[in-house]
Amino acid sequence: MFDGYLLSVLVWLPILGGMLTLLIGDRFATRPVALIISVVTFAISLLLWTGFNAKGYQLQFVELIPWIENFKINYHLGVDGISMPLILLNTFTTVLIVLAGWEVIKHKPSQYMAAFLIMEGIINGVFAAQDAILFYVFFEAMLIPMFIVIGIWGGDNRIYATIKFFLYTFFGSVFMLVSLIYMYTQANSFAIADLHTVKLGMTPQILIFLSFLIAFGVKVPMWPVHTWLPDAHVQAPTGGSVILAAVMLKIGGYGFLRFSLPMVPDASSELAWLVIFMSLTAVVYIGFIALVQSDMKKLVAYSSIAHMGFVTLGFFLLFPIIKATGSSEGALLGMQGGMVQMISHGFISGAMFLCIGVLYDRMHTREITAYGGISNRMPWFAAFFVLFAMANTGLPGTSGFVGEFMVILASFKANFWIAFLGATTLIVGAAYTLWLVKRVIFGAVANDQVAKLNDINKRETLILSILAIFVLAVGLWPEPLINVMNDSLVHVIDQATTSKLVN
Amino acid sequence: MESIYLAIPLSALVGSIIAGLFGSVIGRKGAHTITLLGVGVSCVLSFIVLKHVAIDGNTFNGDVYTWAQVADTKFAIGFMIDRLTSMMMVVVTFVSLMVHVYTIGYMKDDKHNWPKDSRGGDNSYQRFFSYISLFTFSMLMLVMSNNFMQLFFGWEAVGLVSYLLIGFWSTRDTAIFANMKAFLVNRVGDFGFLLGIAAIWTYTGSVDYKEVFERLPSIQHITMEILPNQEWLLVSVIAISLFIGAMGKSAQVPLHVWLPDSMEGPTPISALIHAATMVTAGIFMVSRMSPIFEMSDTALNLVLIIGATTAFFMGLIGIVQNDIKRVVAYSTLSQLGYMTVALGASAYSAGVFHLMTHAFFKALLFLAAGSVIIAMHHEQDIRKMGGLKKYLPITYWTSLIGSLALIGFPFFSGFFSKDLIIEAVHASTLPSAQYAYWMVLLGVFVTAFYSFRMFFLVFHGEERMDEETKSHLHEPSKVVVYPLIALAIPAILSGYLVNPMVLGDFFEGVIHVDEVHPAMETLKHHYHGAWDLLTHAIFTPAFWLAMSGLFSAWFIYMKKPSIARFAYDKFRFIHTILDKKYFADEFNMTVFAGGALALGKGLWAVGDRFLIDGLMVNGTAKVTGWFASISRRIQTGYLYHYAFSIILGVLAIMTWLLFGAKYV
Repeated sequence: MFDGYLLSVLVWLPILGGMLTLLIGDRFATRPVALIISVVTFAISLLLWTGFNAKGYQLQFVELIPWIENFKINYHLGVDGISMPLILLNTFTTVLIVLAGWEVIKHKPSQYMAAFLIMEGIINGVFAAQDAILFYVFFEAMLIPMFIVIGIWGGDNRIYATIKFFLYTFFGSVFMLVSLIYMYTQANSFAIADLHTVKLGMTPQILIFLSFLIAFGVKVPMWPVHTWLPDAHVQAPTGGSVILAAVMLKIGGYGFLRFSLPMVPDASSELAWLVIFMSLTAVVYIGFIALVQSDMKKLVAYSSIAHMGFVTLGFFLLFPIIKATGSSEGALLGMQGGMVQMISHGFISGAMFLCIGVLYDRMHTREITAYGGISNRMPWFAAFFVLFAMANTGLPGTSGFVGEFMVILASFKANFWIAFLGATTLIVGAAYTLWLVKRVIFGAVANDQVAKLNDINKRETLILSILAIFVLAVGLWPEPLINVMNDSLVHVIDQATTSKLVN
Repeated sequence: MESIYLAIPLSALVGSIIAGLFGSVIGRKGAHTITLLGVGVSCVLSFIVLKHVAIDGNTFNGDVYTWAQVADTKFAIGFMIDRLTSMMMVVVTFVSLMVHVYTIGYMKDDKHNWPKDSRGGDNSYQRFFSYISLFTFSMLMLVMSNNFMQLFFGWEAVGLVSYLLIGFWSTRDTAIFANMKAFLVNRVGDFGFLLGIAAIWTYTGSVDYKEVFERLPSIQHITMEILPNQEWLLVSVIAISLFIGAMGKSAQVPLHVWLPDSMEGPTPISALIHAATMVTAGIFMVSRMSPIFEMSDTALNLVLIIGATTAFFMGLIGIVQNDIKRVVAYSTLSQLGYMTVALGASAYSAGVFHLMTHAFFKALLFLAAGSVIIAMHHEQDIRKMGGLKKYLPITYWTSLIGSLALIGFPFFSGFFSKDLIIEAVHASTLPSAQYAYWMVLLGVFVTAFYSFRMFFLVFHGEERMDEETKSHLHEPSKVVVYPLIALAIPAILSGYLVNPMVLGDFFEGVIHVDEVHPAMETLKHHYHGAWDLLTHAIFTPAFWLAMSGLFSAWFIYMKKPSIARFAYDKFRFIHTILDKKYFADEFNMTVFAGGALALGKGLWAVGDRFLIDGLMVNGTAKVTGWFASISRRIQTGYLYHYAFSIILGVLAIMTWLLFGAKYV
């Protein structure tokens, strides 16, 4: 089915579907329509998994149509083992978001659903694009629906948050555009594969690397360009937080693998210390900040930043490992760890934000002090919350463990102290998460509002159960996921260790 | 055979899942039936495996499935079944089975433990069974593992269940503080443990036990530089890191602080998790890793010091405790110290042997304490008990057996295991063995003293409870009493396994002892069996110390209580230090918890809000705004202003063209 244009379907079906829900408006059945579109898109995206050949790093499901021929810009789509799981993560998350907004969104539901469906298509485009300009277009276009989601359905301070969000990320990406254009002048092509092979001098590489670092570092987000995230999360509606944490942040990590490492390997090697420093700061510094947050969403947002620190750490361990041992052996474990961490964080942070959404819908506050003793009134919810919290602390058997475990192992190979600092998340991560659980979930019933709470309904149970199954499945058997990504990541290591300097 | 191995943990897991997820459907009877069945199957199969391994001499090492394969490293879920494993499996499943039976009685009125407005009590009975079965599964995965990844999985999974069970009565503030504390302190240990695993993987390229042990000789002499200009032996780094993990799980000083607080959980799990099995995981792990520890005298010395310190100083605290469960908890800490000392003296088999005997008699003591607590209507203060002997005869006799085993009274199991540890330390040639020897020797007196102080205060002497309680005193139901009897038997008899297990070659090929650590060899040379040890007993200082401890307890608390009061009045400061547990909790709360919070607040206020958001982000916005407000003034809208500036511009360009350009 869909031979030759599967990816286009995945990009345009949700976008057109979003338009359709807009047309339908709030008059009738906008929610079922949105649900059908998102489920169908997810079902179709499963064809990527079933039809994917895990052997080799070559692009699959390729589509190539000339777009702006004067500048050799093409509508060029394709996926490898890195982008394919991320597309699935996106289509999967969107289904949950549509479900999560079902009764909660009363204000212009059709536009809400449309925004998320359109965003789904655009993000699929980001992951599938194999042309730098096409990538850039999707990369920027993605901001628009998110801007709208926070700006319209957000909290009280949403205007500040949207502008901060937009300017921050936009500021990051314009530098990337300059770099892409420069590389075009060298390679005479915008095809990402061509940019992978074009020779570049050290100075241009360094500048390009820094521009990518800003663009993707803001997206991840990495310390110290992370402060938009807590604000955006706090103000965004639940669905917005979920897509932001579960999928949009991954674009930053993806960018490092697709752009930074293969395109400017020498600069990546030269400046790996910077990325590692920033990542470790994210893990340690942000962990302590998460500890003192009084707003649940902020706490989880900061915890997201700390967890994403493992992603960038895992990706760049390659270079210190080469420096320490003289070979890239072991670096693959770090890369795999980073990728699994991205997928896993998609499930866990999505689940955490959904859980907070469940509470917010009932209590209309995110202040931790307003809660206490939830388990007395909502035992099933409490069970889910504790499960996801444990996954957030990286408990073995949950997906949260896999990535952190691999990255910590690999980082020992690079340097004892990198592993040491990285492993502090075991303690700090557990501290802020379990303290949250203690204050919100456990204890005696804290007040009258809590005493009136009802447990999760069927819809909420369904959403959280699906996530719980995925969190456990990836934790207990990550091999299928790792197998799919393996050859593509090996290829990235090859690219990143092949010098592109012009002699 | 392989399917039996798989069935052992899984049958416990299945019971747990059914009781946990469908508790309200299957009801209380369904829940305890299914979990008992699951653990019962595990237990029977474990005995079969023990026979298969210990008597028929079979072993097994194989993978069940590949968890992840990255480059040349295979992370697998698999089993290594040898004598150490099969012994642990039997201990775990047997004690667990007893605790399951006991729980039927202990938790039957659990609804009363929950406030009225809480739904927590609705299915708490089923939930409890689900948790203890889940624990059994996790513990089995831990001991049966054939690789470090699964070991870590089991390690943290038992920690999770411990967390859930300590905080089982989640409406109590003390309980939910204790469970968070337990998890976090354990995480400090796991931090070291994970670094150890990472070091092993880094240098051997594998996490599989067999492969790692095979490759050990090649890394024996590698050094690494952790601090500049300081070369450390790699195996020492690995061994110490792993031992930090063991310190967390097995509650060794200074990571011991969580264990006394864990008594907030219901008594059955104090017996199962916080005495018999989970806390001994560290001892098991170090024994399993004996080839690594044998390479590092540094690590062994550290193990000796930590273990000896825990054994003696934690025992001392037991003397001043008045909560029946806490006395037993401190005794557990102290006994774990003994096991650790054995490891440090390279007498791994003695440590594991003590682990086994301790599992039986300590589970017995805890369950007996639970029996007393039920009879006393959840009164735990031993000062309000006394004379219970006549009301609770079975509990009394089983407690007596447990206590005698604990103090190492001849003919009881603890005698053999503890005596061997003391002798092994005596024979150890490591520099810290001297210190350790005195600590464990003095510890014998302390153990006997606090054990029988409690025993006499609870079962003998004046009846200090109120009339109301007294009128209801009677032996709890059969499901509570039978497990006591069932545990009392191995609490006496398991000691006689000393001949194959420690003095024989039971652990040959499983536990590795290097020639440079001759303690065990010396012992085997001196003693040839249980009888040798018994006949030799009255010539050992340990025996007389135990006797004098017992006698002192009797004399002070039964004959002349004035001595206790006198000592309390005169040496109040010692009492305060012990009562405050050497101020360890205060120190941790102020320095670590308080420090972390202060650091977090500081970083947030200064780093994130002032520097990044205040100066960089909003600062940029402000500068932009300020610049715009200045430049806005130029845009006046008057045509003559613009015309004037055009003229100025033209003048400037012409000047430059006429005078400046030619020199460029």
